Amino acid sequence: MSLIEITEVKKRFGDNEVLKGINIDVAPGEVIAIIGKSGSGKSTLLRCINGLETIDEGSISVAGAQLLPDELHLKALRLKVGMIFQGFNLFPHLTAGRNVMLSQTVVKKTPKAEAEVMAKKMLERVGLAHKFDAYPDQLSGGQQQRVAIARALAMQPIALLCDEITSALDPELVNEVLSVVKELASEGMTLLMVTHEMRFARDVCSRVVFMHQGRVHEIGPPEKVFANPATPELKQFLGVIH
Amino acid sequence: MNYAFDFGWLFDYWPVLVKGILITVELTLVGGILGVSLGIACAWARALGPRWLGAIVATYVELIRNTPFLIQLFFIFFGLPALGVRMGELEAANLAMVINLGAYGCEIIRAGIQATPRGQFEAGASLGMSRIQTFWYVVLVPALQRIWPALSSQIVIVMLGSAAVSQIAAEDLTFAANFIQSRSFRAFESYFVATLIYLALAIGLRQLLRGLGWTIFPRRAAR
Repeated sequence: MSLIEITEVKKRFGDNEVLKGINIDVAPGEVIAIIGKSGSGKSTLLRCINGLETIDEGSISVAGAQLLPDELHLKALRLKVGMIFQGFNLFPHLTAGRNVMLSQTVVKKTPKAEAEVMAKKMLERVGLAHKFDAYPDQLSGGQQQRVAIARALAMQPIALLCDEITSALDPELVNEVLSVVKELASEGMTLLMVTHEMRFARDVCSRVVFMHQGRVHEIGPPEKVFANPATPELKQFLGVIH
Repeated sequence: MNYAFDFGWLFDYWPVLVKGILITVELTLVGGILGVSLGIACAWARALGPRWLGAIVATYVELIRNTPFLIQLFFIFFGLPALGVRMGELEAANLAMVINLGAYGCEIIRAGIQATPRGQFEAGASLGMSRIQTFWYVVLVPALQRIWPALSSQIVIVMLGSAAVSQIAAEDLTFAANFIQSRSFRAFESYFVATLIYLALAIGLRQLLRGLGWTIFPRRAAR
């Protein structure tokens, strides 16, 4: 049974149709890399999955939670999928620990002490237990992104969406974030990631989705997609990347 | 110039001055706290609230920002009783100050809210927070931090503007100065002393607000 079902999803910005009928089913524990040129719709697709963008046609569901535009359904959906952003989006006025605690206490009404225990556990999981009391502006980009991952994990989501989470990082900081993601993958977390890290996609992902002009142009296991691209567009894209 | 300065009256009238200072401070505290609260609520309504509410708030804000404070005060104190709404001069003064700061504060705070990076709203939403929760827990504090100097200045302006309440016989510092000079015929000295006290109050208030800023916003504003 699929965990995430994306069916015939279409999305327009004005006259510009950025998603032209997307179908993807994701099984529990799968790690999916979404690759493609900028403007191919990959980030938009990811943002549709947890309702940051509305969809015009089709349907999306995550573990039985349907994407519907009202706040109640959105909340139910967002409790199942966490999201990590390119720009980290940590809350600047809160310490790392408070960043991880906030949504637990506000959304799940977890008692503070319990939320703190969870925050410490999650920060430890990303290797930042010692930064509990540091503010975001005292952390490096890589550390901030790991706090953002801990923050998403503290809500105990079933799946995580990663939107180019290493693109804003200095090259030497990319690996500390990717190794955390790799560990999550090995623990069985379902991951959908828009990424430009082709080596990572090849090593870690179970399937690769190549998007082109608002459609899923090719989809398959990384060995096939990277070694034997079937379409000229993917060949060209991989050629450009390498 | 053969005017002989005489501050000896201070000895007779200091209780009047002290009372005036206390009332000015009370007006500033109540006006500041309730006015900023009203400003936050209005700023939320205009920046993030439902459109109909934003339109009502916009009307209120423009009405207050484009009319004199003195007229607002007179309207509340002398005008409203015609509709059966009667209040004492202190209540009227407090109300006028809250309404006035609420409108100016609204626009200042709204600027702070609108400068919030979109990612902050998205991070809140993606963690399952409602729009109101995201505003209250995520957006508000950094927004206030961005505009804290401007808001502080506005609070000081409202404090100084409270001098107008002496016109409806609220016994503030200006009322006290008027009273003393009318009894002692020492206009220069009365207003000189009042000026010094206002100056001290304003500087003190600025320092207080700056200190408050340091406590509420422990970190430098990001972005």
